Amino acid sequence: MKKNWPLWEVFVRSKNGLEHRHFGSLHAADEAMALENARDVYTRRNEGVSIWVVESRHITASNPENNGELFEPAQDKVYRHPTFYDLPDDVKHM
Amino acid sequence: MSEEQIKSLEADFDARIARDEKIEPKDWMPEKYRKTHIRQISQHAHSEIVGMLPEGNWITRAPSLRRKVALLAKVQDEAGHGLYLYSACETLGVSRDELYEQLHSGKAKYSSIFNYPTLTWADMGAIGWLVDGAAIINQVPLCSTSFGPYARAMVRVCKEESFHQRQGFEIMYKLCNGTPEQKEMAQDALNRWWWPSLMMLGPTDAESVHTEQSMKWKLKRKTNDELRQQFIDQTVPQADILGLKIPDTDLKWNEETGHYNFGEIQWDEFWQVVKGHGPCNKERLNARKGAWEKGAWVRDAAMAYAEKQSNKKIEKVV
Repeated sequence: MKKNWPLWEVFVRSKNGLEHRHFGSLHAADEAMALENARDVYTRRNEGVSIWVVESRHITASNPENNGELFEPAQDKVYRHPTFYDLPDDVKHM
Repeated sequence: MSEEQIKSLEADFDARIARDEKIEPKDWMPEKYRKTHIRQISQHAHSEIVGMLPEGNWITRAPSLRRKVALLAKVQDEAGHGLYLYSACETLGVSRDELYEQLHSGKAKYSSIFNYPTLTWADMGAIGWLVDGAAIINQVPLCSTSFGPYARAMVRVCKEESFHQRQGFEIMYKLCNGTPEQKEMAQDALNRWWWPSLMMLGPTDAESVHTEQSMKWKLKRKTNDELRQQFIDQTVPQADILGLKIPDTDLKWNEETGHYNFGEIQWDEFWQVVKGHGPCNKERLNARKGAWEKGAWVRDAAMAYAEKQSNKKIEKVV
């Protein structure tokens, strides 16, 4: 019987006030070990104050082949941006 | 997919890289790009892992606690660098086990410099100063390589690497300002590590088979000969500060080119070591395989424990 340790994704908050950011991945037998390994692999120099680990198989990712359908519709919606609107020059604070 | 479709995908792909866009793991990529990256990134990871062995040899015999914590931290960084790189490599669809298997069977290579022995404490200085110095020159351009996960791993590696070189130079500097015996020890280490360090930057451009394609994919930004010249130009003045003599009678400043001229490299030796006939090839690979095999029961036990715990959780819920 040979089972490999599953793959985990590691997210680190570098300081309070900032979001957790993806730092990389690692292998570990369970969540406790994944946290301990993440501490040793990704925060040897005070890079973080909080770590999240999640088993990689639980992440659902979009497929870049569908990027057209997914993201292009936003491209022609310029009216979602403030610069779309014409205002007289003497209007302040807007 | 028809040949024409592939050609058009490849043309788009090359254009993206030319525009300095990054390639991410799920993007379409030519099979050759994937294979070349698996080869280079895994080779890089293996070098970090095997690179721990020559230095591990001196951890218990470091001359002071200060030197010992520094060396331990450096070796731990190398383990970390190996792990960042293995993870980056796995995003290309190869498993960690396959990568280890390639290293252990001798199918995958690692940097040939780690097949030289570390005979004295001064070797810890020479390795940090020269080997890590050459590695930095190799690695800095990779921070902007085209494959996203590799580039991100390299940014982390490069940030951590400069402490390695400085701790090595400090060891050399102390020895060179110590007793005559200590200075002699430093000179001896330089004599043994100088040429292998030059070889570490890879075969000459004329002999390098991968250079052209790798330049196109930004896996390489400068040729091996350019990197080697850069290494020599920056290292010679450092040797002068130490008061050590570089073991090359042809080494001479060239006013016209603005670079140092240097003697001929013994490439026969390089290829011998690459082919497995260096002084420590067998020892390194045996140490690595031994660590992996002797750790098998620990890995299995951890997995069994994890399964037991997760079954217990399920029972509680039911």
